[in-house]
Amino acid sequence: MISKGSILEGSILEGKICFVTGSTRGIGWAVAREFARQGATVILNSRQPGGTLEERRLQLEQEFFRPAHGLAADAIDGAAIQGCYKKIFKQFKRLDVLVNNAGILQDALLGMISEATIRCVIDTNLVGSLIHLQEASRLMARAKSGSIVNVSSIIGRFGNEGQSVYAASKAGVIGMTLSAAKELAPKNIRVNAVAPGFIDTDMTRQLPEDKRQQRLAGIRMNRIGTPEEVAQVIVFLASDMASYVTGQVLGVDGGMIV
Amino acid sequence: MSSLEKLQAAFVSAIGVPAAANFEELAYGQTSGWDSVAHMTLVNEIETGFDIMLDTNDVIGMSSFIKAREILGKYGVVFA
Repeated sequence: MISKGSILEGSILEGKICFVTGSTRGIGWAVAREFARQGATVILNSRQPGGTLEERRLQLEQEFFRPAHGLAADAIDGAAIQGCYKKIFKQFKRLDVLVNNAGILQDALLGMISEATIRCVIDTNLVGSLIHLQEASRLMARAKSGSIVNVSSIIGRFGNEGQSVYAASKAGVIGMTLSAAKELAPKNIRVNAVAPGFIDTDMTRQLPEDKRQQRLAGIRMNRIGTPEEVAQVIVFLASDMASYVTGQVLGVDGGMIV
Repeated sequence: MSSLEKLQAAFVSAIGVPAAANFEELAYGQTSGWDSVAHMTLVNEIETGFDIMLDTNDVIGMSSFIKAREILGKYGVVFA
């Protein structure tokens, strides 16, 4: 668990400018907190300006005694995403880390999925991530340095009944990671993904109890994971500790079988 | 260095054309060395040189030296 408190000495993200999408709750919020604790300048993101985004920004500043920033952009709004990078460029002139986390979960059996649902999930989880990757890599290319961590899912690796659309979007994130890692390696930009298993977030709390129990039964470590446990793996991949790691998809799943 | 010289220098560095090239004739996919990889290097050089960030549509639309000059005009770069 991440302890409350000030920045650690020898913080591994000290001085890094880090943009975390979908970072006002769940895994994204845990990543933002851990990044701030490790000395990073964190740029938070959510769909709407003000409100929760501003509350979280203030919370980070108060807890870790350093400036935090917030940029609103919906993952389905390409122009708004591009606007975020213009603002980052204007204010910081560079970006060291992107965590492509924003995503939604909408489960339904194949015959029950509307086209609108398919487009919404793919647009949010995959198209939005691609645009972030595209924009971030251009900023990073200037400095010939950077790390991008995409949040996929165990479902994108192995699939699951009732999750064809979510699986397709998260498998797409893996394909995107592997291709971008190859393209960007010569520019010293690393691209990796994490594939969380069953993690205790608002998203997974939507599951009916029987489904929840079914998933828990498939975890070798016999417990649900925490957002902080995913965040710590993302910190590693984002940091220089992983300076020779690219094109990897790291499961954070407690030995889960789907 | 004038804006024109700066733009020419970006093309020389990214695409490898000689400094004495006829820049007005340079076009993506036609000028030797100006492929997609060189194009991204060119964009990088231009963005760094002029301290701007181009829209993705402008990156894609920068198909010639003349077009590059035109696009930069939108970002407030003045060519005397």
